[in-house]
Amino acid sequence: MLVPAISPDWPGGFWLHWGVFVVIILAFVMAMVMGFIYLERRGVGRFQVRLGPNRTGPFGILQPVADAIKVLLKEDIIPAAGDKLVYWLAPVVAFVPVLMVFAVVPFQEGALLADLNIGILYVVAVSSISLVGIFMAGWGSNNKFSLLGAMRSVAQEVSYEIPLVLAIIGVVLISGSMSLNDMVKAQNIPFILLQPLGFLVYFIGACAEINRTPFDLLEADSEIVAGYHTEYSGMKFAMFYLVEYAEALAIATITTTLFLGGWRGPVLPPILWFLLKVVCVFFVIFWIRSTIPRVRIDQLMAFAWKFLLPLALINLLVTAAEVVVLPEGLPWTIIFINLAIMVILVVLWSRFLRLGGGRVEV
Amino acid sequence: MVIKTEPFVVNIGPVHPSTHGVFRMRATLDGEVIVDLEPVFGYLHRGIEKLAEERTYTGVIPLTDRLDYLASMSNNLAYCLAVEKLAQIPVPERAQYLRVIMAELQRIASHLIAVGSFLNDCGAFMTPILYMIREREKILDLFEMVSGQRLTYNYMRVGGVSQDIPDEFLPALKKFIKVMPTFIDEYDQLLSENEILLARTKGVGILPEELAINVSAAGPVLRGSGVRWDIRKADPYSLYDRFRFDIPIGSIGDCYDRYRVRIQEMRQSVRILRQALEQLPTGEVRGEVPHLLHPPVGEAYAHIEAPKGELGFYLVSDNSIAPYRCHIRAPSLINLTALRDMIIGWKVADAIIIFGSIDICMGEVDR
Amino acid sequence: MRFERFGIGIAKGMVVTLKHLFRHPITTQYPEERLTTSRRFRGNELIWNREKCTGCATCAKACHIGAIRIVTATNIVANKYEVETYQVDTGYCIHCGLCVEACPYDALYMGYAYERAKYRRHDLVQNKEMMMETPDRKVSGYFHPERAAKLPRQTLLLDRDKVKE
Repeated sequence: MLVPAISPDWPGGFWLHWGVFVVIILAFVMAMVMGFIYLERRGVGRFQVRLGPNRTGPFGILQPVADAIKVLLKEDIIPAAGDKLVYWLAPVVAFVPVLMVFAVVPFQEGALLADLNIGILYVVAVSSISLVGIFMAGWGSNNKFSLLGAMRSVAQEVSYEIPLVLAIIGVVLISGSMSLNDMVKAQNIPFILLQPLGFLVYFIGACAEINRTPFDLLEADSEIVAGYHTEYSGMKFAMFYLVEYAEALAIATITTTLFLGGWRGPVLPPILWFLLKVVCVFFVIFWIRSTIPRVRIDQLMAFAWKFLLPLALINLLVTAAEVVVLPEGLPWTIIFINLAIMVILVVLWSRFLRLGGGRVEV
Repeated sequence: MVIKTEPFVVNIGPVHPSTHGVFRMRATLDGEVIVDLEPVFGYLHRGIEKLAEERTYTGVIPLTDRLDYLASMSNNLAYCLAVEKLAQIPVPERAQYLRVIMAELQRIASHLIAVGSFLNDCGAFMTPILYMIREREKILDLFEMVSGQRLTYNYMRVGGVSQDIPDEFLPALKKFIKVMPTFIDEYDQLLSENEILLARTKGVGILPEELAINVSAAGPVLRGSGVRWDIRKADPYSLYDRFRFDIPIGSIGDCYDRYRVRIQEMRQSVRILRQALEQLPTGEVRGEVPHLLHPPVGEAYAHIEAPKGELGFYLVSDNSIAPYRCHIRAPSLINLTALRDMIIGWKVADAIIIFGSIDICMGEVDR
Repeated sequence: MRFERFGIGIAKGMVVTLKHLFRHPITTQYPEERLTTSRRFRGNELIWNREKCTGCATCAKACHIGAIRIVTATNIVANKYEVETYQVDTGYCIHCGLCVEACPYDALYMGYAYERAKYRRHDLVQNKEMMMETPDRKVSGYFHPERAAKLPRQTLLLDRDKVKE
């Protein structure tokens, strides 16, 4: 029982509960982000048949620390003609909402900062605020290519929100409540089996939200712009870098909570199952990164609107029909129907879909 | 109300986001689409053709190493063929077989880097290029065993090769021939059917057959457009008519076709290597050539199928120890003539991919 | 863009990457492990054999860069010129090996070492005493097969591959 189940009527009351969990969340996020940076660099190195960093500290464990120190010692450049307040606030506005997402994630049964009964709605709403931070970064840099990159990033993230939310609603329908705690308690069978199409749509949408390959055109070095964080250096750049990994962590935790069963598992303590599932999801994220090339901007938008959105809508209809029509105690029928529908839909859509423009006549 | 837009000029390069050396493209953009393109090069000009006039015929060979530095054996071979044609020097048979072995190994190594950096430009985060560099390391180890260096070999000489292969070369080469096809299959499985790669490269940067022939492109660029032309079959040099191999061609000439042509050419090179290894005779490796060669007055042009296209050397001699004029027909430069027609109408992200699929090396373009 | 293979192409690629996770990485931890170079390695220096050199300057004529400087005195002793200055600018030299190939008396060898960096550019010019063969300055077997036979075997990356017979 590494994380005790504290309820608000503990001695000390609400504020002690809040204080303890704020400390736990901050420690968790910071430690896991450092761990993820290390894991990704070593993992991607092993995929590429080489070692990752292994000189700083035993097995290279101190590499994130070395990165942090290097970034802190760099010169902080501020563009002279930009909007200074906006430029300064942008990393903060991008980072804080990502931390706020962890307030409703259950680490164990009942162990979460605030058991909101609109949990998942809160998560969706808050994670959209970091888009504003990205746009502020593009605007405050006074660089038209940064602004272009920021606008593309906002377009990408906004378009992928919609299938994401529709996939989440499928899970809400099956579990019957929006609170993340109740969702985990209702998962006798992990929802990935009950909602395979929903999981696919959610995962692809989430990868696009966090600007990861194959959707990372903004940070690509084969585009002629370097994206919204061109003009940032020093600690502010470190904040954007941190945002990328913290968002990956947030996506991984939400995925395990919604689809993989949170802290549920047979033998080991629940917190260990939670960590294991989060690390597995992150493993898949950087496995995809090291294999697949990236898509073009027009193909990206077409993929969201023409492929993911109809699939998410159909998934929602089918799930709603199942919840109403079929009785509660037949999960295997639901699994079979959902899998069949997913295969049929993916095959059909792939046949008849054409994404992206071709050559323009000049 | 129509919004008035204005095209603006943007510089891509010379410090490139992707590889291929110092090359600058002045692109005129209208929104996202490129409407005009002007390539600017010459940043790597070293005056090789002029320097060749001041060195003996054997002393030019280290210079030719540095033309297309990713495929030095081919450059050496083309130059030596030109001098032998000029001075009518016979080459022993074992030397010719060794030349074929080195040229085909070099073709595999050059195509590995070409495909690897093409996939890197598409965005695959260095995984394919690291796998291909691992294979290239094996070939470079073989070359180091023979000539002593890994990049600029200086191995071919006028009248043969410079020294015979050591004893451990043949077993290592046999092992390489056995192992390489599995790795080529692995590359095919990794990315040839990847939907995102197909979406980025199919139908992108089409070079029509007529234009390719008119522009005198050669190599995988020409064969990707569907023209069945390979100098090893059309004008065989150095005993290539004794080997059986196919010429892979593409169908429409987009980036995907050129990528597939290169991968298939690697397989055919392994096939040629297997046959050359079986037929390798014994004998001398170096003909009787004086130390300071005085070829008769005249001119000669010799061309070979280098990995990047048709590499030709045109030599004019005036009976002295140094060539009077040495002109190099560089395949990368001539293939770049079609760059503007291939890129116009596409977006900036496609321009990098199309440029990467032509596979140039700036050492050749600028000489 | 069409999803022509229904996502299976992506899955196949990911299987390949996963297989590589379980292979041994091919990184060499330099400077703790060093690989053996080939026996004919053209290293960063030239090694001169004073007894065999006759001062004929064929090497200097063969060098097309002009990196070798020979000054001989005019007295001939035992059919050899007396060599006053024999200087090689290894910063200028491109290590092509044409001089070693040209020497008719086997008096010049390529070096075997490659870790010969210096802090000043003028330290790269080597004179006759600095160019003798010592246990520290080993001789490579480029164009000298009798010396090549004494050197250790080259480490090949091919050795790590297992061949199915």
